[in-house]
Amino acid sequence: MSRLKTLVRNEAGVPPLGAGHSLCQGCGIPLVVRTVLDSIPGRKVVVNATGCLEVATTRFPTTAWNVPWLHVAFENGAAVASGVESAYRALRARGAIEEEITFVAFAGDGGTYDIGMQALSGALERGHRFVFCCYDNEAYMNTGVQRSGATPFGASTTTSPSGSVGLGKLQERKDMTAIAVAHHVPYVAQAAASHWQDLSIKAQHAGAAFGPAFLNVLSDCPVGWGHEPREFKRILDAAVETRFWPLYEVVDGAYRLTYEPAERVPVERWLEGQKRFAHLLHPENADLVRHIQRRIDADWERLLALC
Amino acid sequence: MITRLLTGGEAVAHAMRQIDPDVVPVYPITPQTPIIQTFAKLVADGGAHTQIVNVESEHSAMSAAVGSALAGARTITATSSQGLALMAEIVYIAAAMRAPVVVALGNRALSGPINIHCDHSDSMLIRDSGAIQLFVENAQEAYDVMLLATRLAERPDVLLPVFVCQDGFTITHSAEPVRLLDDDDVHAWIGAYEIPFPLLDTAHPTTQGPFAMPDYYYELRHQQVDAMAHALDAIEELGAELEQLNGRRYGLVEEYRLDGAEHVLVCMGSTAGTAKDVVDQLRDEGEPVGLLRICSYRPFPEARVRDALASADEVIVLDRADAPGARGPLATELAAALYGSGMELRGHVYGLGGRELHPDDLREIFAGDVGRFVGLRGAACLV
Amino acid sequence: MSGLTLKTWQELPTAGVVTRHEELRPRTGAYRTGLRPEADLTACVDCLLCWLYCPDNAVLLDGTAFAGIDLEVCKGCEICAEVCPTGAIEMVAE
Repeated sequence: MSRLKTLVRNEAGVPPLGAGHSLCQGCGIPLVVRTVLDSIPGRKVVVNATGCLEVATTRFPTTAWNVPWLHVAFENGAAVASGVESAYRALRARGAIEEEITFVAFAGDGGTYDIGMQALSGALERGHRFVFCCYDNEAYMNTGVQRSGATPFGASTTTSPSGSVGLGKLQERKDMTAIAVAHHVPYVAQAAASHWQDLSIKAQHAGAAFGPAFLNVLSDCPVGWGHEPREFKRILDAAVETRFWPLYEVVDGAYRLTYEPAERVPVERWLEGQKRFAHLLHPENADLVRHIQRRIDADWERLLALC
Repeated sequence: MITRLLTGGEAVAHAMRQIDPDVVPVYPITPQTPIIQTFAKLVADGGAHTQIVNVESEHSAMSAAVGSALAGARTITATSSQGLALMAEIVYIAAAMRAPVVVALGNRALSGPINIHCDHSDSMLIRDSGAIQLFVENAQEAYDVMLLATRLAERPDVLLPVFVCQDGFTITHSAEPVRLLDDDDVHAWIGAYEIPFPLLDTAHPTTQGPFAMPDYYYELRHQQVDAMAHALDAIEELGAELEQLNGRRYGLVEEYRLDGAEHVLVCMGSTAGTAKDVVDQLRDEGEPVGLLRICSYRPFPEARVRDALASADEVIVLDRADAPGARGPLATELAAALYGSGMELRGHVYGLGGRELHPDDLREIFAGDVGRFVGLRGAACLV
Repeated sequence: MSGLTLKTWQELPTAGVVTRHEELRPRTGAYRTGLRPEADLTACVDCLLCWLYCPDNAVLLDGTAFAGIDLEVCKGCEICAEVCPTGAIEMVAE
């Protein structure tokens, strides 16, 4: 059970990510960062892949970060973290460092699912002790909302736009959480920024794992998804309630659902209110919506069978 | 001291064992593999305390190396050719972030076509990266310069990645007697690893790897230009210091029989060994020839080169890499260094993809009896 | 950022390594376009949700009690007003 007062106390007046950054009005990322970092006790060191979070928080000569923070490039968040963690192990082994440090790598879906996947896979396979947290806002937002491997079927992006002919992205998105599970690491979890308690507990488990931990956190982007910032909670709640984005964890290969929606909510609740899905709600595209619903239903059954 | 019969690759591995780096992230590629295999075995037998990180690509090797070096750990890696090409993005960043990583490079031709033998095209790919590149002539020098490179990289006024470049196969896989220093002497030489802003100093959190707009990028990069300038002095100073230990003097260049030399050959790497023999033969025949071996390719020792060649009439530059659409990289550097001197300069390309250069070829080169592309079958295109 | 004297390369920290300095904090309150949040302290129950959800760390705390909103950095996203369970925060004209 996580309490906000605990998170406040863990911060001890020094937020890991402070104010003054240039993330968009209503950006969903800082919520993920704050929840994850404030839920893990002790010292943290952050590795950040190129993307919205990195660019907007470290415009030289300012920085919004109050924890040690390292950015090298886009595709290598997990590789850089591997190096930092290896250095930590070496320095501890020779007595040069004594304190416990948790290493947390943040990357967007681009830096996790696509260009970052190779480095992530290698780091997971090698068993480095670190938390890799993907803030998944389902497209390359920093560079202008281009589609990624995480972009859901039917979403309109600037490189898969809907139009008089185009229907948005026609490919299904990757199941990155399953890919992480396939690496046989101690802890993998899927979470959502809106469900902060669930994310907080998962972050604690991730930080305590004796090996790699992977957190895939659905995070909204008002600009890229096309909604008012203040709608973020309603929309992310819909992602979870429609079972588009199930909340679960996999501990040493054992699946556990951490939230089960009380009712079966049709996927339209998730699609509505986001401009990137607006074309799907036209009557002539009803087939696409049915396809999405079928996929969600099938994936849900598959997930339940694993739990 | 002990003398062992070692290949260049093995010599580097032995140097690494004595340096005892904290972290070695590495990915295999021919002809660097003997380095990491020999080193891994030395570590497995308790010879060093290193965390070897067998990463899944060279790009990740250099990425992990930067993370490790900036975290506060001494870090070494090794690569060649396509591996260097793949990590090239991060080499630039390592230099900009002032990560003092030492890289043992087994010079190998860049694809395509794919070729595993020696040329210098991989080094040329990263010539503007801001990384230091030191070339060695033989296995002994490969050992010596790994020790020098570690000190050089970590000097507070340098703090740059340093590549120790040895010819693939010709040096990496050829055995010769190598004198190794005692472990204690190497430990004393190497000293403790210290950097200005260790990431793991959590009491003093730092942000490293910022985003810089046009108002700052230029000045931040100029710090690297300054660091490279300091490296020129540092290489000479460390070379002199190492000579106290091992009796051999490495420096920015090696001058071989330049007194009275009217025709001077300029080259890098193992070819210099062959060229010295040919210089000796020609001198015996009364020919006024000499050799200037470039040891430090980056920073390019322009002033030293001008001084060394001051009394030559003709400079003959050998490039073991070509640059389609332009002149060979080393020839271009020499031409720039010697601009205005009135000296004759001719450049040749040779040895691409491991094509051997024989003493007879060198005799013909000195005599001016070859075209620009040495040994090419078919008439050379000179555009 | 205006009024900042741009430093020479020698004056800049090596490799652009920086530490957080509150005095250099950009005033991102400039993102607002006419509305700002206003809190009714009598309705506030110190649930801390606005503190957590604010993307800009603009909710000020006194211990674990709500203590106000830092308008220098508040971007006016209205999330605090939306998530407040008691409606204690409203968006009002600047």
